[in-house]
Amino acid sequence: MKRGLVAGWVVLSLIAGAAGAADVPEYKLVIKDHKFQPTELKVPANTKFKVLVSNQDSTPSEFESNEFNREKIVLPNSAVTVFIGPLDKGEYKFFDDFHQDTGNGVLIVQ
Amino acid sequence: MLGVALLVFREVLEAALIVSIVAAATRGVARRGIYISGGIGLGVLGAVLVALCAGAIAEALNGSGQELFNAGVLFAAVLMIAWHVIWMSSHSRELVQHMQAVGGAVKAGSSSLSMLFAVVALAVLREGSEIVLFLYGMAAGGAGVGGLISGIPLGVIGGVAVGFALYFGLLRIPLRYFFTATNWMLVLLAAGLASTGARFLLQANWIPALGNQVWNTSALLGNGSVIGQALHILIGYDAHPAGIQIAFWLAVVILLLIGMRMSTRAPRAAPATVETTRSTA
Repeated sequence: MKRGLVAGWVVLSLIAGAAGAADVPEYKLVIKDHKFQPTELKVPANTKFKVLVSNQDSTPSEFESNEFNREKIVLPNSAVTVFIGPLDKGEYKFFDDFHQDTGNGVLIVQ
Repeated sequence: MLGVALLVFREVLEAALIVSIVAAATRGVARRGIYISGGIGLGVLGAVLVALCAGAIAEALNGSGQELFNAGVLFAAVLMIAWHVIWMSSHSRELVQHMQAVGGAVKAGSSSLSMLFAVVALAVLREGSEIVLFLYGMAAGGAGVGGLISGIPLGVIGGVAVGFALYFGLLRIPLRYFFTATNWMLVLLAAGLASTGARFLLQANWIPALGNQVWNTSALLGNGSVIGQALHILIGYDAHPAGIQIAFWLAVVILLLIGMRMSTRAPRAAPATVETTRSTA
């Protein structure tokens, strides 16, 4: 059991290393006063990319989207990276699950 | 207040659906109320701990800690459900006979049933830690205490009510088919959890997508809708799944079907593995 877990871990790490080594373009989002900046983020179609979400508030947020299927908690004064795509052209809404009345934005995939 | 109630409701709903399936699947087990409450209690405790360690988890593994933690919890639950389902497929008949003949309960410790109570704890832990972080943020952000105090119970009661509705609905299934039905629900639950686990690994860029959106039914039933969310837990519904999610879903269903069939066919060494509480107590 233990050996299996270790082996699994090694395999997963190798895959992670391989996947992480590829050059993935990065885009930035900032959460401030429970709002996203910018509220519209333009990204290329049919390309895997990552978004660095920095939370400058003193409260936790959750970067989430039902349309590109991602969710990740962003703790106060910290940042997270979320891998997204490749996506087809179109508009994909995202939101701050913890501040849904103010934290809204859209990915414009073109 | 409504925002608080809604978020709490959604998280509680997910955990409540899992708890109800487990509660139904452990029908006839002695003192299961205590086990399930214990599982929920442990889960709540775990949720607070996870929320407290959120910083450390987030920073682990080059920032992929959150995804790996979620995937780990999900896959652990899948393994435990799988174990139970396979065990159950060779024991459900005895269980039913026993329940019909004696009307008594089965000892939890003598079976893999206890595994399911750990699943309860894991489900509560995962959903609960989000609630804790959210509420902490609300409180720290200066949200009115009144809104929190009225919103939390509203959300909890709503989520738990749906769970109870599912549970009592399941109880109406005739005993002959009962464990077959709950076993199937557990299979679909496990497959769905595995698919969600795959989504987290994908989000951390640990596994390939194998097609990012294989289909898109979000116009029909979105992931964000309450029904979409409930089906997400119950059968692993996703409005636009990645190929790897479908692969994980299928793998769990197929492996469990094979496991169940082999377990049913395998000749049993010990004829009476199910004991009465009375005989041992």
